[in-house]
Amino acid sequence: MPAYNGLMIAELGHFALILALMIACIQAVVPLIGAHKRWPGWMAVAEPAANTQFLLVALAFGALMYAFITSDFSLQLVVTNSHSAKPMLYKVTGVWGNHEGSMLLWVLIVTLFGAMAQWFGGNLPPTLRARILAVQGMIGVAFLAFVLFTSNPFLRTEVAPFDGRGLNPLLQDPGLAFHPPFLYLGYVGLSMAFSFAVAALIEGRVDAAWGRWVRPWTLAAWIFLTIGIGLGSWWAYYELGWGGFWFWDPVENASFMPWLVAVALLHSAIVVEKRESLKSWTVLLAIIAFGFSLIGAFITRSGIITSVHAFATDPERGVFLLLILCVFVGGALTLFAARASVMEAKGVFGMVSRESALVVNNILLGVAAFVVFVGTIWPLVSEMFFDRKLSVGEPFFNQAFTPFMVALGLVLPIGAMLPWKRARLGRVIRKLIPAMILAVAVGALLWAIQTEKSGLGPIGLMLGTWLVAGSLVDLWARSAGGKRLFRLPRADWGKTVAHSGLGVTMVGVAGLLAWEAEDIRVVQEGESYDLAGYTITLDGVERLPGANYISTLAIVTLSKDGREISTLTPEKRVYPVSGQPTTEAAIDNGFLRDVYVVIGDPQAGGGWAMRAYYKPLANWIWGGSILMALGGALSLSDRRYRVAAGARKTRAVGVPAE
Amino acid sequence: MKRLILILMVLASPVWAVEPDEMLDDPALEARAREISKGLRCLVCRNENIDDSNADLARDLRIEVRERLLAGDSNEETMSFLVDRYGEYVLLKPTASGSNKVLYLAGPVMMVIAALGGVLYLRRRSRIPARGEEALSVDEAKRLDEIMKG
Repeated sequence: MPAYNGLMIAELGHFALILALMIACIQAVVPLIGAHKRWPGWMAVAEPAANTQFLLVALAFGALMYAFITSDFSLQLVVTNSHSAKPMLYKVTGVWGNHEGSMLLWVLIVTLFGAMAQWFGGNLPPTLRARILAVQGMIGVAFLAFVLFTSNPFLRTEVAPFDGRGLNPLLQDPGLAFHPPFLYLGYVGLSMAFSFAVAALIEGRVDAAWGRWVRPWTLAAWIFLTIGIGLGSWWAYYELGWGGFWFWDPVENASFMPWLVAVALLHSAIVVEKRESLKSWTVLLAIIAFGFSLIGAFITRSGIITSVHAFATDPERGVFLLLILCVFVGGALTLFAARASVMEAKGVFGMVSRESALVVNNILLGVAAFVVFVGTIWPLVSEMFFDRKLSVGEPFFNQAFTPFMVALGLVLPIGAMLPWKRARLGRVIRKLIPAMILAVAVGALLWAIQTEKSGLGPIGLMLGTWLVAGSLVDLWARSAGGKRLFRLPRADWGKTVAHSGLGVTMVGVAGLLAWEAEDIRVVQEGESYDLAGYTITLDGVERLPGANYISTLAIVTLSKDGREISTLTPEKRVYPVSGQPTTEAAIDNGFLRDVYVVIGDPQAGGGWAMRAYYKPLANWIWGGSILMALGGALSLSDRRYRVAAGARKTRAVGVPAE
Repeated sequence: MKRLILILMVLASPVWAVEPDEMLDDPALEARAREISKGLRCLVCRNENIDDSNADLARDLRIEVRERLLAGDSNEETMSFLVDRYGEYVLLKPTASGSNKVLYLAGPVMMVIAALGGVLYLRRRSRIPARGEEALSVDEAKRLDEIMKG
């Protein structure tokens, strides 16, 4: 009997989770004692514990996925979030399209990173590895307990209904379906940096090797965060119906703050690795980065700061998450305060040097993250302490945040080319003169040809050009005039690609915000109108049945100078199960511009409401994000991490048997 | 869960923000209305401005803004009219008055502190070689020690 099977499997998943919690408890305590007393047997407990914990949570996750795939409506979660008529892809992604399931995914990733630390951590000194795994175990305990006590996904219903209540149709979209896993890989990935930091504090030792070990983990987490944020913003752009890509919503800020701190951490870890300086600052950043991940989870799931896409709003969960946040960040900071003095800096460098440039990078990114943080929590603070109920939204953030990014863009190409230890500013700037001339020329040209008075577009494109050209000059100089271009370390390529990506994203954001054109009107079938040099014709409107929705589909022809470019089919969908409408914008994607068409309601006097947008450089926003992630991946694959790993393995073997 | 569904419904309905029938005939006035709308919060929504929102209340507010503009109010007068009516909550960019000064000063003050800290740190780091060989040899000794310990 299939129903009976399903029953068993859900319970198996539940038991696996409980067992995983027990093992996490052991993993959190035994290796820590082992490392303190130098008992190899106790330290070794961490390894099977990390593996088993991961396998058990994977089993639980599999059980939940099975329940969703087989539409087991005896499970409360499946009833609320799935429907038998839903396409298979969204049955699967529906597993994490809700609070409980997404928390289980979160825990799965926590344990996955724990297991990975053990798979790839063979080169770490045994005590450090044991301590890292113990801290990772503690994080596992916290979140497993959170899932089991406040957000159990395996709860049964009294009477199983015939069908589920569907999933929000807005979430039935590939962009959004894969946005959370990436984001969680990023959030939770930062827990590795945290574990490394705490383990190093307990160990009382932060050296170049630590910098080299912690950097790949941070880099990986940052790549995932970049992809996750990019996907979310791309989804908002094409799905929400007006082409907005970033709203400075508390939940978005919750992912953006760890991203900013992770960027700072990536760069300061380089200083630790190469120059053994900025050690205590880097450790502090690692703690703060994961702290922001936890704050993100708290903001998203407590509902304390109202936001468009809050998941679960439950005070009990909020308090639990706040407790996790306080224990981990508070504990780590206390440890930091007690131990920071042991991390004596070694490197000596001049006021003008790569090191100082990276300090500037850290200051700008750190303060930018702080500004976002203050803006995000200000409504809460203001209401609690000053009895003023107010909003902090997009206009504030645009004004308060943008200067930091402009400053960062201005100094980046120079800082990236400064040599370590002691540099001469003039020498570097001389190399960058061509890039500077090009950037200024681009800015001036755009200023001259644009009809708007705003400086946003020209300045944004000038900065973008400066970043891309500056990065290429750097690559060229490193490769001795292009001779060693393909023999350069991948990290050098990664640096160029990621920094150019930032420039490309800046170009996209500035161009789109500055030169966007919009048209809202009632259009009769067969009517044409012009927008930014394009002619838009509404050929007709049809009603069509879809997989699990009913669609109103418009056929729109886009042409320019009498030449047809493409046929667009914007849709309005109604999902009968949930009764919700969604809009499917039709976008003609282009390298330099998007044309974005949305169909609205039929009008009383005949015709259809229609919105059309001309969105210049829109795709550059996500193109730049992809470049940034790609740059990170190139850097991650750099030889020095692999070779260093091998070299260190021999050293680790050389340590007398314990 | 009910609240979640409610929220998702609010989220799920941004199909239409500004409708053609609300728009003013005078493009200059309409452009001003759009500009003002972008700074006003749809009170029942979560962090959405009334220009993007599809909620009924947002529509009412948009019409209200346009009525004020047609009556000859300036942008500032329209804003303060709405603030009087709906409270400070309606502004997406809070005024820099009273306790809000903290919000506006937090960034610049932190920047000054961070810059000072940075400069002090850099000065300390760059001064060490001035003390001569000794500082370096201590470093070297330590490093040697580490290598010996393996």
